[in-house]
Amino acid sequence: MKTAYETIIGLEVHAQLKTQSKVFSMCPAKANELPNTLTDVVTLGLPGVLPVLNAQAVRFAVMMGLATHCSIRKVSRFARKHYFYPDLPKGYQISQYDEPLCEHGWIDIDLESGETKRVGITRIHMEEDAGKTIHDADRNESRVDFNRAGVPLIEIVSGPDMRSPDEAVAYLKVLHNILRYLDICDGNMEEGNFRCDANISLRLHGQERFGTKVEIKNINSFRYVHKALVYEQQRQAQFLDDGKTIVQETRLWNSEVNRTESMRSKEDAHDYRYFPDPDLLPLVLTDETLQAIASELPELPDDKRRRFVRDFHLSEYDSAVLTSTPELSRYYDAVLASWGADPKLAANWVSTELLGALAKDGKPIEKTPVSPENLARILHHLSSGSISGKMAKEVFEKVYNEGADPDSVVSTMGGQVSDPEALLAILRDIIANNPAQVEKYRAGKTQLLGFFVGQVMQRTKGKANPTLTNELAIAELNR
Amino acid sequence: MSDDLLFESALSLRERVVSKQISASELTGLFLDRIAKTDATYRAFLLVDRDSALAQARAIDGAIVRGDDVGPLAGVPVAIKDQIVTRGLRTTCASRMLEGFVPPYDATVVDRLRRAGAIIIGKTNQDEFAMGSSTENSAYGPTRNPWDPNRVPGGSSGGSAVAVALRQVPLALGTDTGGSIRQPASLCGVVGLKPTYGRVSRFGAVAFASSLDQIGPFANTVPDTAAIMNVIAGHDPNDSTCVPAAVPDYLSGLDGGIAGIKVGVPREYFVPGMTAGVESAIQAGIDRLRAAGAELVEISLPHTDYCVATYYIIATAEASSNLARYDGVRYGYRAKEPKDLYDMYSRSRDEGFGSEVKRRIMLGTYVLSSGYYDAYYRKAQQVRTLIRQDFDAAFQKVDVIACPVSPVTAFKLGEMVEDPLQMYLMDILTISCNLAGLPGISVPCGFSDNLPVGLQLLAKPLGETVLLRTARAHEMAYPDSARRAG
Amino acid sequence: MKIDADEVRRIAALSRLALTGAEVERFATQLSSILDYVSKLNELPTEGVEPTSHVMPLSTPLRDDVAARPLTREAALANGPSHDEFAFIVPRVI
Ligand SMILES: [Mg+2]
Ligand SMILES: [Zn+2]
Repeated sequence: MKTAYETIIGLEVHAQLKTQSKVFSMCPAKANELPNTLTDVVTLGLPGVLPVLNAQAVRFAVMMGLATHCSIRKVSRFARKHYFYPDLPKGYQISQYDEPLCEHGWIDIDLESGETKRVGITRIHMEEDAGKTIHDADRNESRVDFNRAGVPLIEIVSGPDMRSPDEAVAYLKVLHNILRYLDICDGNMEEGNFRCDANISLRLHGQERFGTKVEIKNINSFRYVHKALVYEQQRQAQFLDDGKTIVQETRLWNSEVNRTESMRSKEDAHDYRYFPDPDLLPLVLTDETLQAIASELPELPDDKRRRFVRDFHLSEYDSAVLTSTPELSRYYDAVLASWGADPKLAANWVSTELLGALAKDGKPIEKTPVSPENLARILHHLSSGSISGKMAKEVFEKVYNEGADPDSVVSTMGGQVSDPEALLAILRDIIANNPAQVEKYRAGKTQLLGFFVGQVMQRTKGKANPTLTNELAIAELNR
Repeated sequence: MSDDLLFESALSLRERVVSKQISASELTGLFLDRIAKTDATYRAFLLVDRDSALAQARAIDGAIVRGDDVGPLAGVPVAIKDQIVTRGLRTTCASRMLEGFVPPYDATVVDRLRRAGAIIIGKTNQDEFAMGSSTENSAYGPTRNPWDPNRVPGGSSGGSAVAVALRQVPLALGTDTGGSIRQPASLCGVVGLKPTYGRVSRFGAVAFASSLDQIGPFANTVPDTAAIMNVIAGHDPNDSTCVPAAVPDYLSGLDGGIAGIKVGVPREYFVPGMTAGVESAIQAGIDRLRAAGAELVEISLPHTDYCVATYYIIATAEASSNLARYDGVRYGYRAKEPKDLYDMYSRSRDEGFGSEVKRRIMLGTYVLSSGYYDAYYRKAQQVRTLIRQDFDAAFQKVDVIACPVSPVTAFKLGEMVEDPLQMYLMDILTISCNLAGLPGISVPCGFSDNLPVGLQLLAKPLGETVLLRTARAHEMAYPDSARRAG
Repeated sequence: MKIDADEVRRIAALSRLALTGAEVERFATQLSSILDYVSKLNELPTEGVEPTSHVMPLSTPLRDDVAARPLTREAALANGPSHDEFAFIVPRVI
């Protein structure tokens, strides 16, 4: 879409960290429990309680900072952010303000043009989640559940670096993937453990100053992020075309009617009255601690992808596919680890056969009926020449659909015919029975080689070793 | 004999209980009777938990019969300021906002007292949410001074000070944010200690101003103060601001006298408005220290005049934040038939809080609000640094600082209610100790017109041992320590 | 520093305090006089002075990520001014 306007998008992502206990208390942090069964005196903000910081939450936040090339503050601070809302127990959220844990990072995203774009990470800070307010449409009341209150969050704030809804979604997917590789967040948008707020503004191409931005909240899937941004982009463009001014506001994405809606409320203009939380001292991290965390970082998707290209000579495309989720790349790694499978061959089979079959069934890789070991065995039979490619596909289907054992399928099918004497006997018989074709071939129409090989395949029900059959046919016909 | 027991020290009562001269149940019964007899007049208590106190006492007696280890405060009744939460025991902070609130947990100090064998006898009156200096700002009515019921006991921990002064209990806990233990101790003629910030866990002390609040004891003697400090002081994994340093034995640290100890007397603490009676009592107290071998040194704390302003910015800012949780959702008061959410918040808070609390919330919200933070809150924190530096410099020269607690003795009920600023200025001599995080104690040092006067002693952070030893030396030389209130 | 009635109402709204008319006037006077008094801090030059947020020069302790037993739902809801078997109830949000 080419318009007079350039779109500027920045994203704020809240990711729930996968800790056992909450960020400031020993209350269990779990999802999908009955309301108000996961609270303690700290979670409820009872009079007299105090926060004590969870070491694992800090570790996870640092991991994300390191994975996104941030500098990590040796001394960071917690502040109180004040607002009144029924699901916010203390009337303030413990967050970080002036001195966040991580700053000045970046990640690379792939554009559709094939280019790579670097998106800045302005900051990543730690904070506590709020509870949930459940609205009762029938009665004039809401219900409050504090199970989620106090679950550790990191808020990842991007620079205003994205120029289209596509870029925004690409950025989100990369962040999401990193969090999943680090295994520090479940990354489920529907369940709210990976949440995204988007800031979007428009300006004339060539203009330096940013336009007035609008914040969109309540977007709970990648698809909706895209839809909401496209909608808002068009709404703002229309406004500007009509000579109207955009008001800085918060809008909610309404997925039922596919539009953003102004969130008008009696709330005062935000005056969060941040100040350093006197109940928490500065968070101080030593070089040793940071080095220890860095040394325990798992291989990240970008590194893995580069390694696949460099060491296995996979295509950029295949590498990107195979590293697009940690589960898929783990699957691929496991195939390679079994039976010494050929990386390129394995890459083809995972990305075409396996993913194709899974896609047809709408299954994620975690639900694959073909274990990495079984796929490796199929590939082993194939590359040792004991079955043909065509047979391998049949074996794969039997394993996929019936849960069959690959070795027994191969043995019941009978192996590949690689005996030169047997193949020669068939070939000679075919040559004797097709003198006209032999004539034409010998006159220079060498494309007819395929005809003879095909006849052999027919006679052997596809079990003939194709390479050997080819060689033998050429030799016989040229005799 | 039995009434005389009420006037014995906690340490001596504990010995009698452990050596089976009297049972914990009998002793608790004596104190409960004393409360029943006196509290209609003085109103030190918001809640007396007779049944539970007697049950706790019976448990101690049972343990003693079995020969179990019963702890250093076995059988000693202790009163708890209502600012400190007690499991299963209504805790209101003297506010309508927390009417009927029953905490599901014990403050760390309460837990430690229980483990030490102390009998938690009830909850004492105070200024609402510890905001005040007279115990008149209680939603449940004022507490009266044990030496003159027409006068205030000081505050905010007035109920605890009165309970100890009247021998309704041998020991009590208070909280001190700007003088709320030392000032009522002074006005009631008992010993009151505010420990070093971080020496005693704040977990379970309902927050007023988190960077200033500390829990501390009231007692009739310095050794009793040391004994209860031995129980309540020390690191707590539930309080991130609690100092992890080991706790010395304060009781054995009392001996040895103060010969050669340097006592600083800050000239700025003899403020205009101090009465002649207070000044001469303080002078007598300081003279006793010299007579006991201390060397007096005149010192200067040049930023003293800025303490009240600094304090009222920091304390109200933190209070406005700490009191945001009283929203009528999870506990506490909720206004009847709210029209909508906003109405529920603003009427619950308006009806639930008293006017002093609202005034401080307003002031604190203002100084933190957008555009004012740097001018007020940040500025006050910078001045706080200067105030700390005054003390750092002073403690280069001296071991202990001696000065008055309050420029006046107990004033009449209702005398100051309408002028908040005047009331704030009363705290001028106690506030610096909180701003600098120092330990401070008030010990009785004389009378002016038959009203007690307290001498304030301050030490450097974690200097409780020298502080208590100096207080003990003064106590040994003070002739009026046996004079009884009530 | 003069605080007028409008400013008092702004702060009251931010503080969620439904002040009555008389309270607004009284607070305007009292807050003004307190703010006048505290403005004496401006007499002190404080450029380059580190603010004190904590008197103890410590770093925040870290806790192991171990979960303890939560409160029972009954205990969690027990002090709620309005609740049913599962949750706290408030006037409808938005
Ligand atoms: Mg944000
Ligand atoms: Zn956030």
